This record gives sequence, C-alpha cells and structure tokens, in this order.
Amino acid sequence: MKETIAAIATPQAVGGISVIRISGDEAFLIAGKIFKSVSGKIPAKMKGYTASYGAVVDIDSQVLDHGVLTVFRAPHSYTGEDTVEISCHGGLLITKEILRTVLNAGARIASPGEFTKRAFLNGKMDLTQAEAVSDLIASGSKQAMKISGEQVQGSLYRRIQGVRQTLLSLTGHLAVWADYPEEDIEEVEAETIMQQLNGVKSDLKKLLSDYDTGCMLKNGVNTAIVGKPNVGKSTLMNLLARREKSIVTDIPGTTRDVVEDTIVLQDVVLNLSDTAGIRETEDVVESFGVQRAVEKINTAQLILVLFDNSRPLSDEDFSIIERLKDKPAIAIVNKSDLTSMLDVEKLRSEFERVITISAQDEDSFDVVSKAVSEVLKLEEIDPAMGMLANERQYACVNEAYRAVCEASIILGEGMTYDAVTVVLEEALQSLLELTGERATEEVVNQVFSNFCVGK
Amino acid sequence: MNQNSCFELESYDVAVIGAGHAGVEAALASARLGAKTILFTLSLDCIANMPCNPSIGGTAKGHLVREIDALGGEMGKAADATFLQSRMLNRGKGPAVYSLRVQSDRRAYHLYMKKKVEEQENLWVKQDEVKDILFDENNAVKQVMTRTGALYSVKAAIICTGTYQRGKIYIGDASYDSGPDNLLPSVGLTDSLKDKGITIRRFKTGTPSRIHRRSIDFDRLEKQDGDEDIVPMSFETKGELKNQVSCYIAYTNEKTHQVIRDNIGRSPMYSGKIEGVGPRYCPSIEDKIMRFADKPRHQLFVEPMGLDTDEMYLQGFSSSMPEDVQMKFLHTVKGLEHAEVMRLAYAIEYDCDDPQELYATLQFKHFPGLYGAGQFNGTSGYEEAAAQGLIAGINAVRTIRGEEPIVMERSDSYIGTLIDDLVTKGCSDPYRMMTSRSEYRLVLRQDNADERMTPIGYKVGLISKERYDRFCSKMSYIADEMARLETTTVAPSAALNEMLVSRETSEIKSGVHLADLLRRPQIHYADLRPFDLNRPEFPTDLEVEIAEEAEIKIKYAGYIEKQQSAINQMKKLEKKMLPENIDYSQINGLCLEAREKLNKVRPLSVGQASRISGVSPADVSMLLIWLQQYHQGNGGVE
Repeated sequence: MKETIAAIATPQAVGGISVIRISGDEAFLIAGKIFKSVSGKIPAKMKGYTASYGAVVDIDSQVLDHGVLTVFRAPHSYTGEDTVEISCHGGLLITKEILRTVLNAGARIASPGEFTKRAFLNGKMDLTQAEAVSDLIASGSKQAMKISGEQVQGSLYRRIQGVRQTLLSLTGHLAVWADYPEEDIEEVEAETIMQQLNGVKSDLKKLLSDYDTGCMLKNGVNTAIVGKPNVGKSTLMNLLARREKSIVTDIPGTTRDVVEDTIVLQDVVLNLSDTAGIRETEDVVESFGVQRAVEKINTAQLILVLFDNSRPLSDEDFSIIERLKDKPAIAIVNKSDLTSMLDVEKLRSEFERVITISAQDEDSFDVVSKAVSEVLKLEEIDPAMGMLANERQYACVNEAYRAVCEASIILGEGMTYDAVTVVLEEALQSLLELTGERATEEVVNQVFSNFCVGK
Repeated sequence: MNQNSCFELESYDVAVIGAGHAGVEAALASARLGAKTILFTLSLDCIANMPCNPSIGGTAKGHLVREIDALGGEMGKAADATFLQSRMLNRGKGPAVYSLRVQSDRRAYHLYMKKKVEEQENLWVKQDEVKDILFDENNAVKQVMTRTGALYSVKAAIICTGTYQRGKIYIGDASYDSGPDNLLPSVGLTDSLKDKGITIRRFKTGTPSRIHRRSIDFDRLEKQDGDEDIVPMSFETKGELKNQVSCYIAYTNEKTHQVIRDNIGRSPMYSGKIEGVGPRYCPSIEDKIMRFADKPRHQLFVEPMGLDTDEMYLQGFSSSMPEDVQMKFLHTVKGLEHAEVMRLAYAIEYDCDDPQELYATLQFKHFPGLYGAGQFNGTSGYEEAAAQGLIAGINAVRTIRGEEPIVMERSDSYIGTLIDDLVTKGCSDPYRMMTSRSEYRLVLRQDNADERMTPIGYKVGLISKERYDRFCSKMSYIADEMARLETTTVAPSAALNEMLVSRETSEIKSGVHLADLLRRPQIHYADLRPFDLNRPEFPTDLEVEIAEEAEIKIKYAGYIEKQQSAINQMKKLEKKMLPENIDYSQINGLCLEAREKLNKVRPLSVGQASRISGVSPADVSMLLIWLQQYHQGNGGVE
C-alpha cells in the first residue's frame, strides 16, 4: 500500500485553476518526478511556503501543462505531513491527466476525507472537529457502498467479475500447484498463464479506455486543429462551428493564439482548439501561440491535421507529421478544388485515416464527422456496457493493469512462479478493492472449492 | 465431582494437559525456560504419537518446522533423528515455496520425544487424565484436578487435548467413544470449560487404513525415492543423512469410484450421523469422489510406518465407510488387489475451542493463565500443533514471571500467520497451514527461518549463546558475500558467454557485476564459480546455506523489498494499540457488522482489527480517529 496520497483538491468542475494536492513522506520525491521548474528548483530542496513556476510532465517528459508548485513542510501543512500543491489550468481533463501522472509516479489516490483524517491524526485539529471528520469518512463510505450496491446488479460488476474470476482461477491454480505438489494437479504452463494474462490485460485495458471514452463523450473530446500556416485551419474551424469565429485571412500567421469552441458533431461533443500554425517564428506573440499549439497537441485526444492539396509536402508539414507520431489524428487534405500537388500516399502511410475535402464546401462537414466517429470508435461504445464510475475506480483498475503487465514481463523473463504469483495477487488485491474483498482469503477459498486436494 | 475424595499434591508453575505434538513442545519450552512443569498424558506409550500420516513437514508445514527449530523447539531435531526418507518439495517453483518433508519412523519419533521429556530438567511427566481446571475469584487458573482426585496447584495450564477430548470414532454405522488409534478418550474437561462459559465446538477429521506390506504388489506401483542431497529440518543437524526406504504411488480408478458411489448412503457423513465440521483441505475419499465427480482418478501414496513394522500407511484414502465397503474399494486399486487391512480407516469427532476467544499469546482472554494449543484450537497437523505448543509454553512462563509475552507476527513467520489467522479470523473447519495463506511469503522462506526466528529464540532464552553466535557468524558471511558479489566485476569471455547462452540468456558485451548475472532467473551461484576467481572459502557446514541465501537475496531483492515495505506499512497499524475494555458498540461511525466483530475478537491493535472480515478500511479510519480522540482525552499520551 502506498502511503503518499494525492487528489484533486478543487471542485470537480471547470474553473480557472485546479489544485492537485500530494501529501505524505514521498510527496516531494513524487512531485520532483513530474514537475520541472523553470528556475531548476527541485521540490525536495525548496523551503516551506515557497512556490515555483514550471511544467508538469508525464513519464515520457511530455509537457502536460504549466503551473505553480507550492511546498509545505511537515508539520506546517494542512495534513501535518510534507505536502505539495500544484496549481494548474482548470480543464477537467488536464487536471485528471496530471493526477494520473502523480499516481503513476508513486502516490495512491486519497480516500474520501483522508487529507482531513490525516490532519486530525497528526494533531492539526481539536476534538470538536473529530465528529466532522467521522461524518466525512462515513458519508464517503456510504456513497461507495451505494455505488457497489448498484453495481452488484449492474453491468460494470459483471465485467469486473469476469476479469476477477480469470485472475482468481489463475492464482488459485498456482496456489494449489505450490501447496499440493504431491497431488495430481495439472501443471501450469507458462504459455497458458501468458495467454490468460494477455486476455486479462486487454479486458482491463478496455475498461480503462472505455472510461476515458466515456469521460470524453461526457465532457467533450479535446480536439486540436493543426497544420502549417494558411492551410485552412480557421476555415475548417468555421465549417465545423458553422459560423465565423476565427479570423480568416490569406496572411499566414493570422491566428496568433488558440481559439476555442465547443461543437456537436453527430453524437459527440468536440472541444475544438484552432491553433496557430506551427512554424519557426521570431514574432514574440506568435511564437507564444506556437508553443501553446504544441502543448495542445500533447494533451489533445483527437487531432485534425490539415494539409494543402495544392502544394507539395514541405519541411513544415514533415515536422508536424513527426510531432503527431502515435497520436490519434485524422489527416485532412484541404482545398480539393485546386489541382493536386500533394503526395497523398505518403500521408496514408503516416496516418490511420486520410480524408480529402474543401473546407469551404458545406458538404465537407459530413465527411469530417464520419471520419471523427470512426477514429474515436464511437460505434464500438455500447451505452449499456458497464463503465467505471470515477477516478478512484479507475485508479484501482489501473493498478491491477500495471501489476498484470509486470507479471507477464517477469514470466517472460523466466522468473519463478512464486514471484509471479505474488505480483498477480497484487493485481487481484487492487481489483478486489472495488468490492472490498481480500486477495489471500479469496485465493485460499478458490483452492478448496475448485481443486480436489488433501490426504 | 465428589469433593471429598480430593487431595492436594505438589505445586507446579505450569501444567500441560496432553503430550502430543503441541504438549511436548509446550512442556519442553516451559521447563527449558526454568519453570517447574508437569506434563499430563493419557498414556506414556503414546507421547508424540502420529495417529495419522507418518511424516513431518510438507508445504508450509516444513516452514513451520524450520521456524520451530530456529526458535529453540524440538520438532526439527526429532524429525532429523528419526526420518526414513527426505524430500525437498517444490524445487524449481521458487524459494518461497520450497518445502521440506520427511517420512518418519513413527515409533522411533515417539521414543525420541519420550526420552527428551523424561530427560528434561524441571519437567515431570505423569500418566493421568486432567478432569477439571479450577480458577480463583479473578478467573485466574489456580489448580488442575485429575481423575483420581489429585489436586495440583499451578500458575498456568496449557490445554493440548488434540482429538482426544470426547473423541468419537465412526466407521460406517459403527461408532464408539475413543481417542485416536483406539486409545482412551478424555471426557471430563469439556464440562469444566463449558461451566466457565468457554465455547466448545465439535470438529471432525479422519485417517486412512494401514495395510500389511506382504499383501502389496509393489511391481504394479510407482516407486518414489528421497532426495540425493538431503537438507536437514534443523539448522543444528550436521553431517551425512541417508534415505532408508522408498514410498509408492497408486491410483484409484472408475471401479473404485463406482463402489463408493454405490455405497455413499452408508457413509456416516452423508447420512448425517456426524455433526462435526470436517477439514476442507483433507477430504475423505468419498468426499473427493462426490465433490469432484469428473476427476477420473485420485492419487494414493503408500508409505512405510517404520523400519521395524510391516504396517503401510495409505495417504489419500481417508474414509469413514463401513468395513466391507472399505475392503471392496481398496481391492479395486491396481497393486492393492489383495491388501490386508491391519487398521481400518475412520473418522473421528472431537471437542475444540473457538480460537477467537484467545489472544495471540494463546492465552484465553478472560482466563489469566489458561492457554490452548494444537488441534484443541481448531487446527490440524502435527506441525501446526507443535508451533502453537511452543508459543503457549513460552508465554505461560513469561506471563508467570511478569515479563511481556511474545506475539509472533504475520510478517515475521508462518507461526505468526497461523496464530493471527486463528485468533483474528477464527476457523470454521480444521485449519491447515498453506503458503498461500501468507501475503509475505517471499520474505517468510524456509531457508531464512533462522534469520527471522533465532534472534527471538535467543532473547526468549531457548537458544544458547553458543548457537546464537554461530548464527551471527553465518549472517555476517552472507552479508559479506552479497557485498562482494555486488562489487566484483566479471569481464566477458568466450567461456562465460557460452555458459550464458547455454542457459538461454543473453551474452555480455562488457564487464558486469557478478550480482547482475545472478539476478537473471536462469543463472545460479554455482554456475558462476569458474568465472568467480576470488570466491572465498566458507566453513564446509555452512557453504550450501551461504550460497543459497546470497543468491536468493540478490535474485529476489526487488520482491523482497516490495513485501518489506508492505510489512512496514502494516507495522505502523500494528503499533497502534487498542485499549482493553473498549465498547465498540459505542464508537460512532463504525458499521454494525464491524462493531459486533470487534466486540467479539477484541483485537490488540488497529493492525489486527484491519484483518477481521467485516471491518472495512473506513472502519479502520474510524478506529484511528477514535483512538486519537481517546489519547487526546487522556492527556495527549500516545
């Protein structure tokens, strides 16, 4: 169990600023992994009550956002422990993304009322406040019970149950194989375990990605429109928004910052950002816009990248293609009304989906809309299918996923089964946290109910 | 009880009731710690008897024996002195689950232990039945009384009655009051305990038949021999050890199953005659066949009972079927067609307590000086019994002397895991130790039992200074060798790379530390010898152990660290002691189930509370908050 906890401390709504709080012995260490201060300060060396401006980065050092990190040293913090607060831009999605990065870096998601509980246990509050803390925890757990109560009947429960059952029967089999070596128990082949783990992995992955898709559908898909200057980004934005919002001129570099809009495209809401054309520039205002555009790309869930049908692919195009590697992107070849000078085949080799339109033509709306729905795999989403309900459940499943991945890696390396089993039990434990059961007990029960062992 | 016929005899510090595997360890520990101890047994000829399988150890049980030995108990040494065949089970499955098991000479084991208790200073062995335990006005143990009316004043009593207490044997329709092996049952004690309000439950277990060696067609069975290199049970046993016998494997078949199915109505368990709860892990053959109908065959082991007897034990054939049915299905097995049965298989029902009424010290919560150990506490198995006996013996003495009793923890031993499971979660059927029951099993290995237990044994006073010094020197050899492996570089060479490739692992291109190679699952310490030119010489009797320890600790370092950090987290909760006499029903915010369970189990710490089923993480938070309030209210002492 990780002892440093983290959560979003501001209300779960769109606001100007969101705060992510990390508290516990490893708060500075974890913050140091995900925050790169502009001045080079590292949280572990900062004094209490001081702040630093910098970038929040993910595991691959991709910049997620810029923000301010404030350090509170124990016991001078709300919880009485070492605490870090990161104030970032207020988007729901980006805030969640940062929280997940913090969790991946070694924190555990805080339970309801846990910061306050710790504050109390560390003597930061007087007795009269204890009651309030108790209420807070009780209401949190009641809510969780209500959710699990609903889920027992529900489709999410059934989905998790499937994965749980596979993991349980696998760990149960390994347990009986270890504990009853003299019985006539079928040997567990590494290949069989691997197969089952792959199944579990993809089920868990699907649960996670469905949750993300679900959130995306609920909150809108962050969509960036990118492309070199004057390729028609603003025209596309206007086509999709069906009104004039971006300033459309023929002068490259007219859009100097990010223009945003929310549009409804068939079933899905897109949070569109029309970015500045990405190019090297010495114009200070424009270069800031370019930097923001790059950030938008890094956090976008969908990218519409435009190419000019009437011009061959330029160095600028290639540098954009390079930036979009492994990102969910649709290549849109614009200006289909002009003579084609573009190597469309090259684009097809780089992008999953390439469409050709004229952004000035109203009918292009449907073409774009169809491509978006296909790339987002919207038709695969069954609203009746159970979905994870919140970030806490996501964190449990994500932890299970991580452990299953680790198990399959060490299995592949030839590690002995005792170590593999321990890692699998970690996965099981994370999953069972959703339903409040305990892994070792369940495994022992599994042994007795499914295997014929004993003298 | 006719009080007139009572008479007072000698006073003792500790009375141990029953001289099975729990009682023997309890009595030896108590006497070795200097307490004046009396050990009662129904028959001197059955001390440390093995009424079921003639073997010691096995998965997780082997771990228990190593721990008992490292704490200063006797079982490991007795097993080494009297074994007939030894095997390390689970080789290749990983060090966490390696488990030692020996086939024992049953009579030799009994005689060894009988002699041990006879020779022991401060220990008096007495053939008699304890019928009554008497308490003072504070419910503390005062006296024990035997069948003849003799009263002994004692400061502590340890109940180790095994399967003898109101024992009843079932063979088909026939049933009779009896202890195991047709010995006398004990009868009086149950009423005495019930009168005090102690919960008494009824459990059931069983044993297979013993057949005559001359009636077995060994050519039709599979032979199973012991290990060539024998690892002793005790860390103290040195020198050459030799296997003396073979075991054999047989299989049931469809005919066997048919006989059992045809006669299932005649099984006292299926007809409802037996009310006791049987062990899930040790089902009778009829249970196996009814519950796992699709399994085409079941494995049986034919094991010798000793060197100077022709009795053979049939592991896997436990049954309570009538005699004619037993004979009939036995004769369907290939190789056993003409088997002559010498002892019939039977089921036995007996009285036991509810271990949730005990502290982890194994003392009854409401009865100072009264301890329970072994099958009486709801477990099964000689090793589980011995482990509890040892702890109860130690704690009885420490408590009498006003010293802090020892509590073994889940994180330090299987013994701790066993006792914590019993007193915290309770057991609804006879409890058997398994490696899967330990969440810390990569730390609790059989190879490092001395590292975990010997310092405790030394502190308690069961491990001599001499043995402790030897242990410390072994530990420092291991630490030095690990440091050397971590810092010694080996250069790539054709021979080294050839060896690496032959083990299906990648070549090295530049120099690496020996430890880096050892971290590869495929590479072992011995493989590196030709390339490890400065490998130091170790004392010959420690060589194997040092190599094994260094390799495991390096190879599994990542997992061991991970489990260690989980242990450290749990220890924080373990240190939050819950005051006695809390009324959990009055703590706001606890869910109803948690209040009931907590009031019943009365955990000593928040850590223990967190393991009670029905106590949720939110309840644990509530307890922590309540505890903080409690301490603030009591002047801020924590």
